[in-house]
Amino acid sequence: MTTAPAQAQTRAWMAIAIEPRYLIVFLITLVLVVGEWRYGILGGYERLATTLGVCVVTEVLLSWWLRGRVANVASAYITGISLALLTKPQANILWPFALGAFLAIASKYVLTYRGRHLWNPSNFAIALMVLLAADSVAILSHQWGNDIWTNLVIWFFGLVIAWRARVLHVTLTYVACFIAFAVVRHFIVGGPLLTEIAPITGPMYQLFVFFMVTDPRTTVSTKRGRIIVVAIVALVETLIRLSGDFQLALLKPFYVSPPILALAMVGPIAMFIDLRRTPGRTAAA
Amino acid sequence: MNPAKRFIVTLVFAAAIAAVVILNAGAAGHGGGATETIHLSEVATASGIDFVHQEPALDPKIANIAPHVGALGACVSVADVNNDGWGDLYFTTSRFGASNALYLNQHDGTFKDVSADAGVGALNRPGEGVSMGAVWGDYDNDGNEDLLVYKWGYPQLLHNLGNGHFEDVTAQAGVRTWMNSNSAIWFDFDRDGLLDLYITGYFRSDIDFWRLSSTRIMQHSWEFASNGGKNLLFKNLGNGHFKDVTDSLGVGSTRWTLAAASADFNDDGWPDLYLANDYGPEELYLNQAGKHFELARAGLQDDSKSGMAVAVGDVYNRGQHDVFVTNISEKGFLFQGNNLRLNFLKELGRFDEVAKGPVADAGWAWGAQFGDLNNDGLLDLVIANGFISGDSGRSYWYAMSKIAGAQGNIFEDAKNWPAIGTASLSGYERSRVLLNRGEAGFVDVAQEAGVTDQLDGRSVAMADLFNRGLLDVVIANEKGRALLYKNTADPSHWVEFRLVGTRSNRSAIGAEVTAEIGAGRQRQAVDGGSGFCSQNDRRLHFGLGSQRLGRVTIRWPSGNEQVLSGLAIDQLHVITEPQ
Repeated sequence: MTTAPAQAQTRAWMAIAIEPRYLIVFLITLVLVVGEWRYGILGGYERLATTLGVCVVTEVLLSWWLRGRVANVASAYITGISLALLTKPQANILWPFALGAFLAIASKYVLTYRGRHLWNPSNFAIALMVLLAADSVAILSHQWGNDIWTNLVIWFFGLVIAWRARVLHVTLTYVACFIAFAVVRHFIVGGPLLTEIAPITGPMYQLFVFFMVTDPRTTVSTKRGRIIVVAIVALVETLIRLSGDFQLALLKPFYVSPPILALAMVGPIAMFIDLRRTPGRTAAA
Repeated sequence: MNPAKRFIVTLVFAAAIAAVVILNAGAAGHGGGATETIHLSEVATASGIDFVHQEPALDPKIANIAPHVGALGACVSVADVNNDGWGDLYFTTSRFGASNALYLNQHDGTFKDVSADAGVGALNRPGEGVSMGAVWGDYDNDGNEDLLVYKWGYPQLLHNLGNGHFEDVTAQAGVRTWMNSNSAIWFDFDRDGLLDLYITGYFRSDIDFWRLSSTRIMQHSWEFASNGGKNLLFKNLGNGHFKDVTDSLGVGSTRWTLAAASADFNDDGWPDLYLANDYGPEELYLNQAGKHFELARAGLQDDSKSGMAVAVGDVYNRGQHDVFVTNISEKGFLFQGNNLRLNFLKELGRFDEVAKGPVADAGWAWGAQFGDLNNDGLLDLVIANGFISGDSGRSYWYAMSKIAGAQGNIFEDAKNWPAIGTASLSGYERSRVLLNRGEAGFVDVAQEAGVTDQLDGRSVAMADLFNRGLLDVVIANEKGRALLYKNTADPSHWVEFRLVGTRSNRSAIGAEVTAEIGAGRQRQAVDGGSGFCSQNDRRLHFGLGSQRLGRVTIRWPSGNEQVLSGLAIDQLHVITEPQ
């Protein structure tokens, strides 16, 4: 027989377990642990300590100072790990991690509309770094060993958690659109179809489809809307990729990381429109 | 939300963005501000060196990436081939029918190609493969430097007959094994007085690039690939024969090795092996008294990049062999950064990676060598850069990035690579000349030094080619002409050593000289091959500046130790090993 306090404790744990953000926390921790264990993806624990530390401290300070209460730091934790995994600095410099982490979290308090932030924090910070600090920062593209089994584990858990977090439709729509547009690119550009599909099999896309494009805080309010928005993200990404194929010099800064920059452009516009159309939609960071 | 508070946070937010821009501008710079510099003048043509490398023409099945796969083979090595006391140059090319070149030093500032007469030119033949580099070493201790040419194909061992001619002894020596090799070194791993041979494999040895049975020839990982060619260690038996002892010695890495160097990194008296591997971490094999090698955990195993060259030098005159390994950096796409690893093996059991600024980021870096180019007592660094200079308006980086992050089984097959066509891939990059300022760090003085070429540099070698007490720099360029940078600096003070082994191998490869220079002591080893597909002159050069030369300690490969005091400076000392 279970006692009343024990039942309450169990319910509390259940609540944590099914709260989407904790599922995401679990998944990104899994990515971090598996990647570091297999491939040493961090490139130094000081990077993780910097992003996590700055993200959490910034979140705590800004939420307390601006909103009078300390926010849950789960989001900062996810952002901190994402930045540590996705940022590849020149020559072991640490400032991109520190400034990137600060800007990511601060963007939630500065770049807002009707009380809601418009960008996914890590998406904002990485896009900003890639565009403004290309001499100092590159984005992760192939640091994970290119091993199919490691990625399959993460895709499996990612899909299950996306389903539990009720964002699986976003993930699947993006994947479907990416593949469809890859076929289109294949016919436009020529070359092997597999070349165009290949990017989505890589680790950057795991982080993208499970932690950025599905972020509940920065996606629009309706399921239909989310599907449309993510399809537009995939379309803009395709346009960026085609600009890379055709070497449009003007867009060169964008084609180093097409999906992240596509989301950075489409996401906030969609959020802005959604918030204007649904004035009652507000939330804390 | 309080508007005043929000305003303050917005200001801080904007300031952080401004900081990103400012700090990034600092990272984009290349130092400068040096009050002293290095002076070099490019004199290849004036010196009679008209060598131009030609790339290999490969099986059309991999035409989509042939410019990428075949962008190797421009290499240079230095040796006194005819024992006249002047350094000679050997260049390799990689096209069937094209001739390698042996330039003999004419003692008057010019060189003459004698490869055809010597029998070391026409080595690139269908069925035999094409040259990818060469190393000199007197394997039979007859007093003449012999030549090992490694290839994508059968390596060739050419015995120096001492009369200006060479004899191909590959088959009888037992080293005729098909390999796709991009480096080899001579070293005496068991200290028996006979030079042994370590040939590294890059692509798998079952691949014949002119008759491909499959297009699954590429790496299966960009970071941890282990499907490259197997490195081979050949023990010199002393009777003109070599024996493959790779497996029993434990040095058969298959990690796409592009460069190797040997030195006694852990100071136990036995020469160790340091490997720079493409698509994987560097490897340090510590020699266990000539019986076996053990792969060391020295802080290298988790730092996976694209190693291209191994240069060994005592960077801060600590009496240690530090290591510089070149890698790739491309703005926006990839920052691997070169590694400058300070040797703390004895104290801490590891190397510490300290590269920053122009040392870390030299573009797509290839060959590199240490040498004191301004004779100030500190080793400077020359780095050759640039991969493929094609159409400057088209870059292959984006196309390559499509598959670079993918699953290994996709890009392992060459047919899945996007066609490179005429695009550039980190092309038109300039060479770097990094002046060592001690604790103030390295600064890039290439422009001031007169090194402005933007050819696709591969191999760098250093030698005092004109016997003036100044190190000159030779660079072999892919699909380009070779460059000879003559040092035009004020000679200042210097001392050089040419060592002749007796109990040790006659070339004295592996012998170490530690010279007390002022308050420091600089350690150098006689080179059996280092950098990327290159070999410096056997002669060791120490710049002194205005500092006093103290004791000089020579540790011969045999174990003999010799201490010399009161040596005259500004001259070459020829030292024969005591019996």
